[in-house]
Amino acid sequence: MKLSHESIEINAGLMIVLTLIAISIGGLVEIVPLYYIKDTIEKVEGVRPYTPLEQRGRDIYIREGCYTCHSQMIRPFRDEDMRYGHYSLAAESKYDHPFQWGSKRTGPDLGRVGRKYSNAWHTQHLNNPRDVVPESIMPNYPWLLRNELDFSDIADRMRALKIVGVPYSESEEEYLANVEQFGVEMAEQFDINKADQSLITQAQSEDWDGDRSRLTEMDALVAYLQVLGTMVDFSKYDEGYFAEFR
Amino acid sequence: MVEQNRGKAVQTTGHAWDGDLQEFNNPLPRWWLWSFYATVIFAIIYWVWYPAWPIASSFTKGIGTVTYQSGGKEVTTHWNTRGELIEEMQRGSETLKQQAYLEKVAAASYDEIANDPEMSAFTQSMAKVLFADNCAACHGIGGTPAKIGQYPNLRDDAWLWGGEIVQIQHTIEAGRTGFMPAFGSVLGEDKIEQLANYVLSLSGHEVDATKADAGRAIFQGTEGGCHYCHTPSGKGLASQGAANLTDAIWTVADVPGASDDKARIQAVEAVIANGVQRQMPAWQGRLNDTEIKLLTAYVHSLGS
Repeated sequence: MKLSHESIEINAGLMIVLTLIAISIGGLVEIVPLYYIKDTIEKVEGVRPYTPLEQRGRDIYIREGCYTCHSQMIRPFRDEDMRYGHYSLAAESKYDHPFQWGSKRTGPDLGRVGRKYSNAWHTQHLNNPRDVVPESIMPNYPWLLRNELDFSDIADRMRALKIVGVPYSESEEEYLANVEQFGVEMAEQFDINKADQSLITQAQSEDWDGDRSRLTEMDALVAYLQVLGTMVDFSKYDEGYFAEFR
Repeated sequence: MVEQNRGKAVQTTGHAWDGDLQEFNNPLPRWWLWSFYATVIFAIIYWVWYPAWPIASSFTKGIGTVTYQSGGKEVTTHWNTRGELIEEMQRGSETLKQQAYLEKVAAASYDEIANDPEMSAFTQSMAKVLFADNCAACHGIGGTPAKIGQYPNLRDDAWLWGGEIVQIQHTIEAGRTGFMPAFGSVLGEDKIEQLANYVLSLSGHEVDATKADAGRAIFQGTEGGCHYCHTPSGKGLASQGAANLTDAIWTVADVPGASDDKARIQAVEAVIANGVQRQMPAWQGRLNDTEIKLLTAYVHSLGS
């Protein structure tokens, strides 16, 4: 069969294949180079995987669809810098699968919300935003305080993330590599074999939802929100440093 | 079935379906075609000017440049948004206009700012935006929080941690941790009720005099030890963030919102029984010194 205009037009299967090829070229040219251009991810200290509790909080963030109204990417513009702080780095979401950048901002960007407000504020605000911000249009999430946190599958969740490149450890060797890279305290938390215990310990370490006697979904979500954008100490870098990666 | 188009014979694609269903092969409208060529030319100029094509582990940088100060020297590099931001934050026209005021405010004392109409107008307008971005989530737009019982109202002249400029500045810089122990299991219901009566009597509420007397002993003695932080007069130590119990302003117990004497007593009892744990985050690091100065002047002006 000759590959003429007519033969493509009357042959749906062939047309689908050729359309896919044509569209893929655009995608491949844009996406593939990011994997081998050496400047894509900035070399920066402090970025680490999420702890088991933060990771469960992140799962709840995604489950509740927070990303439909909140982005986690501060763009390099003056107004965003003045409102939210330093623009987000690619390195800061290198352990995010999937990343939560987004572009839909019905609510504010959350890229640097970590430690901006108190734990108590987050708990009140998630429970009923209008308790603290009368003009808010965010929905209530009262079940976060009611629901016990289910972390029975946390080890499996970490294993899944390990497959896509997050350096959680299972073997002694991987653990030691984490000690080297992140220090003992963090490496302990990234150990899949101790995930349950790490999660409980972190939940007890701070008054996340105002009640230490229970481990709720609120505990996990607040722990996650409080770490957002706090891993990199920007005072250590000259402002021109990050521009060198572009 | 072939129709005439603008009076001329038109070609068809030559394909026929269902025997007689054919498709015109009209030339594209000229305006559309030239617009298309224009986008092609635009793309080529774009490739030359901006970073565009990936090559091995790098990419074409384009001939556009951006220049900014970094580490004390001038850097000129290929065009990129991060460099553009640095340049704008250093030399943008809006930045420079703002910079002139910011430098003036940074060098001035709080008194000078308050007495200079231009500086104080700038402080009010810029701090209002900073306040909305950073402080209003708790303290409310304009400094009035959503409810009594959560975060201090900044529009009155009652200050838990002190209302002097230096105290306000320290509060913003380092944050505050407010703590009152929970007395629920320590004192038990009866004594807490007595204490609540005494506490309400301090601000002139009608209370049960016998219970209030018993409450006074707990408050001023070692059993409750309330006077350590709230002081024997009940006015409170600013160094502990202890509330003044003698005025009509309530920051934790919603006494003004209570409907009757009984509800007022209950509101105070709940605070004594459960204690208070409140935290204001530290802003040093997130905000720079001049921004904190602007906010300090603004918050101070709200309260006076």
